[in-house]
Parts: sequence; C-alpha cells; structure tokens
Amino acid sequence: MRIFDPHIHMTSRTTDDYGRMAAEGVRAVVEPAFWLGQPRTNAGSFADYFASLVGWEPFRAAQFGIRHHAAIALNPKEANDPRCREALELVPRYLAKDSVVAVGEIGYDAMTPEEDDVFAAQLAMAIEYELPALVHTPHRDKIRGVARTLEVVTNSTIEPGRVVVDHLNEVTVGAVHDSGCWMGFSVYPDTKMSPERMVEILRVHGLERVLVNSAADWGRSDPLLTRRTGEAMLAAGFSDDDVDRVLWHNPVEFFGQSGRLDLTELPAASSTFEGNSILRGGS
Amino acid sequence: MASDECRIALDGLSDDGWLADAERRVARDPASIVRLFAGVGRHCGRAPLPQAEGWTADEAGRVRLLLALPAAAVPRQVEDLYRYGDADEKRAVLKALCLLPVDSGAVPLLHDAIRTNDTRLLAAALGPYARHLDQVSWRQAVLKCVFMGVPLSVVHGLAERADAELAAMIADLRAERDAAGRHLPEDALALLKQLTRRPEVRCASSIRTST
Ligand SMILES: [Zn+2]
Repeated sequence: MRIFDPHIHMTSRTTDDYGRMAAEGVRAVVEPAFWLGQPRTNAGSFADYFASLVGWEPFRAAQFGIRHHAAIALNPKEANDPRCREALELVPRYLAKDSVVAVGEIGYDAMTPEEDDVFAAQLAMAIEYELPALVHTPHRDKIRGVARTLEVVTNSTIEPGRVVVDHLNEVTVGAVHDSGCWMGFSVYPDTKMSPERMVEILRVHGLERVLVNSAADWGRSDPLLTRRTGEAMLAAGFSDDDVDRVLWHNPVEFFGQSGRLDLTELPAASSTFEGNSILRGGS
Repeated sequence: MASDECRIALDGLSDDGWLADAERRVARDPASIVRLFAGVGRHCGRAPLPQAEGWTADEAGRVRLLLALPAAAVPRQVEDLYRYGDADEKRAVLKALCLLPVDSGAVPLLHDAIRTNDTRLLAAALGPYARHLDQVSWRQAVLKCVFMGVPLSVVHGLAERADAELAAMIADLRAERDAAGRHLPEDALALLKQLTRRPEVRCASSIRTST
C-alpha cells in the first residue's frame, strides 16, 4: 500500500513517527501551516515556522525516503490576533517556493470579520500564484461554517476543482460534493472521523474528489490512520486499486495542479551523507 | 583557485532564455530577485552538472542571479534571500558567497548554517568563503562534519588549515566513539593520522584566520 498523506503536521511529530510511517507505506506528505497549540505573538515567529516547513521538515522526511511538501498560509485562528496580522505579508514570499503546493490552511475558525478578510485575501493569493487551496472548516458550528466557506469560495473566482474543503463528516459532505470542490476527511481519534465511518462515506459518495488524511498534530492523533483506513476499505470489499486511488492518485491529482509536486524517489538515506544527521541525533 | 569549479558550473548551465531574462531584470530592479530566485529550480532544473562536481543546475542558476545584482544591492539581498530562503536557496547563497562582493560581512550566515543540523547547509558553509570564519568556529564546524558523517572532502582547504587543536578534538571524539564501540569515519581517521604524524604540528595561532 502506498500512501500520500495530504494533511499532516509533522512539525509536531517525532522522527520515530517518520520511521513508522515509512515502514507502513507513507511516501509523500503535505504539511499545511496551522497553529501550534501555543499562540504566536509576532510575525517573526511565522517566518521561522514557514522556514522549517520548507527547510528542516523536508530534510527530516527525506531521511526516511518521504517526500515532504507544504501549504503556506496565515491560519484563521491567529488571523484574529492583530499582533500576527503582519504574517499575511510574509505568505506570498513562501508561496513562491518549490516545495509549496497549496495555500493553506485557510478558512474559518470562529467566523469573525478578520477571518473573512484573511480568507478572501489568501484565496486571491492562490489565484495569483496558481496554487490550489486547502480550506479548514470550523470544529464548532461546522454546518454553518461549511456553508459560509462554500459561499466565499464561489464568490472568489477560484475554480472549485482547485479547492479542498477539509475536516468533513457525514453531515457536511453533501454540500461540498455538490459544489465541485474536493472533499477532505481527517481520520482522527475520537473526533472528526474514524476509518469505519470513512469507508461508509466512500461507499455512499464514491472515490472521486476525496482526500483522506490523518491531520496528525500535537493532539491525540495517529499518523497511521491513513493506512488503517486503507485496510478498512479492503476489509469492506474495496479493491487494491480503489485504495490506491484514494490514498495515492487522488492527492497526486489534487496537488499536482500546482505543477510543483516532486515524487521522484529519494536516494536511500544510508547511501549519502545527507542521511546521517537525524539518525544520529543532535549536535 | 577557489571559484574555478563554480565558474565552470555557471558556464555549463544551459538556458532556454528564462535565466538570461531574469538576470537582466535583476540588474535593473534588484528587488525582483526575491520571486525569481525562488523559482530557479522550476526553470533551470535541479540535475547535477556533469562538468562541475558538487553543483546542481538550480544552484548555478541562483548564483548567476546573485552575480547579476548591482554591487551595492548585494549585501542586503544576500542576507534577505538567505533569511527567507528554503533549504535549496540557502545552500545556493552559501555557495555563491566566495564570488560576491561581500567581504567578511556574510560570516553570520555561515554561523547560522553551521548551527543547523542540515548536513547540506553545513557542507555548503565550509566552501572557499569559510576563509573568513575564525579558527575556533572553523574547527568546531569541521568536528561537526566528523560527528554527523559529512565527508571531509566538502571542507575547502582542509589540509592547509587543520591544526593541532583540531587533531586533539578529533582524537577525543575517537576516544568517546571507541568507548561506545563505534568508530570514526575513515576520512577523519586519515586526517588524524596525517595531523599527528607531522614532525612539527603547526600551532593554531600561527594560522591566519580572517581578513
Ligand atoms: Zn490541520
């Protein structure tokens, strides 16, 4: 089983996780910029965060043969903090980087006027930089949040096929399906979605325009739930090809729209000096 | 001469016109380098250049853009492009330093690169421009190469600059490794042998470290 996790926050995960992910078939990831659990208090903090998403994390992932790409944005939660607002000016600079394949996570947290502004501004950046957009939907008030998200997407001129609306569930999938946007599902313990529910959604709505991710981060989460979902699909009678479609081809198709996806095989870590520093630890 | 291989790399870069056009824009409008610099790999590719070992097409393309800057704009742009660069951009800036009119002003970039655990940045920081690095920092950087398994062939002018103090540091690391049942890389052992075999090991203080 080969796996492309289209939404995972590796910054919050250990190097051991990279090892376990590689062993279970994860070969590529997209890490969208979000918040870190601890609020940031200035734009410089974002510059360092973005730098690690296009510097240190791809390097760390490469030790395990995993291709790491990023989505860059000022997240909706911190869009509300005036001290962080300047970070919005940094975003375009990072959208020009080779390994950045989308604008994200953008969207709504509490649906404030500040979030309206920052969401619209970053959809415009996605158009300017010819990148797809990864849209987070609120965990509270999700039904209205998704409806409002789709309205904003429609009002911008971005093609729905270049937008993924994420963290969906049984209640919110229908509207996104009808909008022409891609449907993202975060298989996350206790909240969001489980492998079994995910399989049921695939049965009802089909495999087209569906992205399944672990959204693993600093919360109680599991980077291998993509794999568990693939296994649940097989157990429910889906074919190997179906699993490959959902866990590999779909994310390749969606993020491939950036023209920047690099899925060439990495050299084996042990055969190059570039492979040593992580495996050996800090210095 | 330090920059020969770099010159060869720059000359050997084939270009469909994008790079030449980008160079003209950068010469006219230095601020335009920000977006152009980030996009070099998508236009010039990232393949190793067969005629210049250790160089890739995107690195050479980025160096050409830096060389196209008006001299007065170089120090500021170099610092900014490194600060906001991805790992490939940072590496290209480090490799370009020996060709740019920056004197010793870009030494803080070397310190930053050496502080990281990204072996590609560490290696790029130890090119010809590292002659501006003070001897204490240089030794630490070489020792870090040994520690992280970066081949010592990346260190420019190693034989001329290695001294008794570096030999003592490597010997201590070897003792720790031996105690743990692990070994130093071959090239470090060879360097150690060479340094300790010399009849008169040069004194650290006799070496010119910085200009
Ligand atoms: Zn997320």
